[in-house]
Amino acid sequence: MSGGKKIYGLYNDDDILKQGASVLVNNGVNISTTYSPFPIHGIEKIIGMKWTRLAIVAFMFGITGTMLALLGMGYFMIMDWPMNIGGKPSFDLYQNLPAFIPVTFEFTVLCAAHCMAITYLIRNKTFPGSKARNPHPRTTDDHFAIEVLMDDNLKYSDDKIHMMLKETGTVETFEK
Amino acid sequence: MHKESAIRQPLILGDKTYHQITEDVCAPVEGKANRMWYIAFTISAIAALWGLGCIMYTIGRGIGVWGLNTTVGWAWDITNFVWWVGIGHAGTLISAVLLLFRQKWRMAINRSAEAMTIFAVIMAALFPGIHMGRIWMAYWVLPLPNQYGSLWVNFNSPLLWDVFAISTYFSVSLVFWYIGLIPDFATIRDRAKRAIPKKIYGTLAFGWTGDAKAWIRFEEVSLVLAGLATPLVFSVHSIVSMDFATSVIPGWHTTIFPPYFVAGAVFSGFAMVQTLLIIARKVVNMQAYITPKHIEYMNIVIIITGSMVGVAYLTELFISWYSGVEYEQYAFINRFSGPYWWAYWSMMTCNVITPQLYWIKKIRTSLMASFVISIFVNIGMWFERFVIIVTSLHRDYIPSNWSMFHPTFVDIGIFIGTIGIFFTLFLLYARTFPILALNELKSILKASGNNYKNENNQNN
Repeated sequence: MSGGKKIYGLYNDDDILKQGASVLVNNGVNISTTYSPFPIHGIEKIIGMKWTRLAIVAFMFGITGTMLALLGMGYFMIMDWPMNIGGKPSFDLYQNLPAFIPVTFEFTVLCAAHCMAITYLIRNKTFPGSKARNPHPRTTDDHFAIEVLMDDNLKYSDDKIHMMLKETGTVETFEK
Repeated sequence: MHKESAIRQPLILGDKTYHQITEDVCAPVEGKANRMWYIAFTISAIAALWGLGCIMYTIGRGIGVWGLNTTVGWAWDITNFVWWVGIGHAGTLISAVLLLFRQKWRMAINRSAEAMTIFAVIMAALFPGIHMGRIWMAYWVLPLPNQYGSLWVNFNSPLLWDVFAISTYFSVSLVFWYIGLIPDFATIRDRAKRAIPKKIYGTLAFGWTGDAKAWIRFEEVSLVLAGLATPLVFSVHSIVSMDFATSVIPGWHTTIFPPYFVAGAVFSGFAMVQTLLIIARKVVNMQAYITPKHIEYMNIVIIITGSMVGVAYLTELFISWYSGVEYEQYAFINRFSGPYWWAYWSMMTCNVITPQLYWIKKIRTSLMASFVISIFVNIGMWFERFVIIVTSLHRDYIPSNWSMFHPTFVDIGIFIGTIGIFFTLFLLYARTFPILALNELKSILKASGNNYKNENNQNN
């Protein structure tokens, strides 16, 4: 986030915010983001926000987990110390594979879930002890906010943005 | 906005607004506990301390203080382990599978069910740990380089698969739970007036902002975690069942075990959720959110999984006769007519007969009946594991080996202790965590809230 001036419009209903956001966008205002106590479905299309690629990340981590598990078991059980346990084949990974499937699956899920969760926290910049960065304490309760970054809207004055926000039915507007 | 059929019953009763939901869910966290809570907490804490004492005694003296003998080498410890893991199956099933199926009724119960899952899996993991005897060697179950050759753990063994399954299940459930909790902790943080709670919930909320991109990521992560956790739920109890099914003990060596164990786990897990939530909704005043309709939905899951378990019991009996293997046949005749007949028939009554009462709508929608039946199911599922483990072992191939299992005070103490620890943790959770998923409930208020539904119906 840049250090420029930000103007916020606070709403008390998600549907009013969505309508308001459409009106503002149609008037050529760039909305940087919105703040809400729960996900507002469809808002990303209105304000032109890209969808996240976290699912792809999870897949990559999952594949890495699969490979690591197979490599590990191949090394432990086939290469380093082959053991004859109940006559189960210990000569190559392929023959012993059925017995290795459960651990491969578990390790895939383990890597995909944890690494995706860590990526999620890093991308959101949320860590233990991070400071609250929402503009108004009630945006985690029952209020909804539109954030307009003045650096992105050089053709409008501050007062004009305030006025346009108010026209869409805000409870209040404020600057930070 | 998501449209919902007018004839579908509302999931949020009363005249609720977004703010009212916040108020209701934060009330137990911000207010003082009532007398009931303190009484329950004291009883649980005493049981927990007694259990911890017995665990210390076991670790100090070795597992010879249990009632195990050379014939019955697994008894209450593994019974309790499987029972607790099974109970731990409802939470992730509710949040993951029901999320994938877009079942909105999950939202009032998923948080508590997941908390229950986590506490139950901790209780489960305790038992194999102390059964090792020398618990300080517990890290030997991991494939770590060592001075013995290197001698690795055996990846062909279901017991090792279990190590991976349980630890993955526990840690992924914990992450799933916590990711959902972050926005709700932020709500408590922003409402907190005193400095210390503000600091604590601020730390727990990880600086959550609730901006549009964070919510997009939140929903994506929840969906992917649900997708990952769904096969995980099924795999964990399948692998637990393979601890038995891949052995050569009559009564254990059956291919029906994985699906039968998974159905049993969901069955017992939902029963425990019922037991906890029917009380909790009263104690923390959540009747508007955990409605009789929610209880009925859970009862429907119980009747389905209960019937699956019933079919599995009968299939097992039939197959043991049809196999023509004498040892297999004897194992089952011994179950229902041997010295442990009372355990078998308790299991049958509690698991197969009682849940069938839910076909009657009056019973299915009655809170009192649901509570009583849920207790029956909990007891029945404990007996199921006892029957499978102890009656299969106590009379195996050589009659001169036959023996009986008698629990000692340590066996009983540890079992009661784990129930105590479980309830202590759950009671602490109910006072310090948002016990309903605030953000999810708010997102369904307009589609499933009573007042909004009435309004929509009038407009149409």
